[in-house]
Amino acid sequence: MAWSHQDQCAIVGVGATDYYVRGKSWPRTINDMAAEAIMNACADAGISHRQIDGFAYYSTAGAGYLDKFDTASLMETLGMPHIGFSATLTSGGGGCVGAVGLATAGLMNEDCTYAVTLMALQQLPQHRLGVVFGAAAPSPENSFLQPSGLVGPGHLMSMLTRRHMHLYSTKPEALKEIVQATRANTHNRPKAVRRNPLSDEQYWGSPMLADPLRRLDFCLETDGAVAVITTTKDRAKDCRHKPALIHACAHGGQREWGRAFAWMGMPDPYFASAGHEFTANRVWAQSGLTARDMDVALLYDHFSPMVLMQLEDYGFCARGEGSDYVLSGKIRYDAATGGKVNGGVPVNTHGGNLSEAYIIGMTHLVEAVEQVRGTAINQVADAEFALASGGPASLPVSSLILRRD
Amino acid sequence: MAYGPARVLPGEQIRITTNPDTEPFWQAARENRLTACQCGECGRFRMPPTAVCPDCGSREKSWPTLPGTATVFSYVVCNRNPKTGEDYVYVPVVVDLDGAPGARLNANVTGCDADEVHIGMKVAVEWTPIQDDWVLPNFCKD
Repeated sequence: MAWSHQDQCAIVGVGATDYYVRGKSWPRTINDMAAEAIMNACADAGISHRQIDGFAYYSTAGAGYLDKFDTASLMETLGMPHIGFSATLTSGGGGCVGAVGLATAGLMNEDCTYAVTLMALQQLPQHRLGVVFGAAAPSPENSFLQPSGLVGPGHLMSMLTRRHMHLYSTKPEALKEIVQATRANTHNRPKAVRRNPLSDEQYWGSPMLADPLRRLDFCLETDGAVAVITTTKDRAKDCRHKPALIHACAHGGQREWGRAFAWMGMPDPYFASAGHEFTANRVWAQSGLTARDMDVALLYDHFSPMVLMQLEDYGFCARGEGSDYVLSGKIRYDAATGGKVNGGVPVNTHGGNLSEAYIIGMTHLVEAVEQVRGTAINQVADAEFALASGGPASLPVSSLILRRD
Repeated sequence: MAYGPARVLPGEQIRITTNPDTEPFWQAARENRLTACQCGECGRFRMPPTAVCPDCGSREKSWPTLPGTATVFSYVVCNRNPKTGEDYVYVPVVVDLDGAPGARLNANVTGCDADEVHIGMKVAVEWTPIQDDWVLPNFCKD
């Protein structure tokens, strides 16, 4: 059954700062970057930032790994006269695109009129994710994980990748193809951090940080901020751009995934997955669509193998066939063909977390909006539906389908 | 690639914390006894130990002595000590514990080259003293 709020709200504004290599944004403050992203998103929407009266966060309102957003502080900084909605999804980057669904909840409940979802990230040396996780005195729960030396997210996802390789004969060449296909989309993007083409030699020569994962399978570490503005369909008519309609959106997940790689208790086949099957099935049920109906897929790529496992979770290919699917070129973007290659669906046309920038998933949202507006740099011809996903991580994870107006 | 011998991480750099739900596991480890949290009502296992059985809702727990053997479910080969950054080959493993279906541990494996570790490999517990007089279960190629 179609979702009752289908196409009732839309993303009408997207805004970002420049993207900086980790730590290079200083002496800007994280609040300065957040404010710039919000104001850029409002300018894109054609509204004043003082019209924002809703905040829909994810990652427990975290700003990076040590900082925290606070709505009252943002009001004080930006001068909003009042707010009617301030809420967050829990856990981490898994909820990224689900925060837009949270905004929809606030808008449909008439709590607010323009809701902002944002992330800002400033990784000063003491703020690096691996450092934060590894330096923390382990909680009683984490005392069953951290002593094994699984201290960084790359270690953790490597464990899932190894199992996937064991079960399905997944090839290292498939990970290389994901990294190279993503890199091929940034040569024409001025803001992207990594723009040079990536040769086979460079990929195979990249050091093994957590075998089977190489440094180039890890995403960038970036400073910057991104914000998006969500409003109702009626208000969207007065905004500057064609609205990106929120066609389906879900967050959550199932117990077999649970705390995921912070736990490692997932039974097969969930262990060697991205934990997205539950929310994928929800957005397909909400929309009546399938993976084959998508024109472009913006899949959270903190680590290259998690793209492959999401392709399986969403049904772009069957479980265990991700390696063959990727190696047949189906995630590539080709401008000459209007985007699609070999009957596939282009993935991460913006260069993703691997090559453009890593702002905990927000860049995928921006690209999804630009694709259905028809203004993307690597535009898929006649794109009607864009899929975006939150990060494979502890629940909730999330899924979003945007539709062209 | 040849990594050479798989080592356990040095115990003196490892800390744990406990709470009343998890402490019986660690107290048993101090006596070099491998256990896992078993529901006192329905008999299902869960790790890490939590307050309530997710299957039947019971708060009763038992802590049976397990055989101490296990099977590698997945593994990662790491080459730097995470605390010091120095070259150090260690192999984090997720193991399925014999005698406790559904219960897993994350540990290091030793007693072989890192290159020999494989999914399905049989391992046996060995004990690593860590900070604060606690003892950590690691595993050795069986």
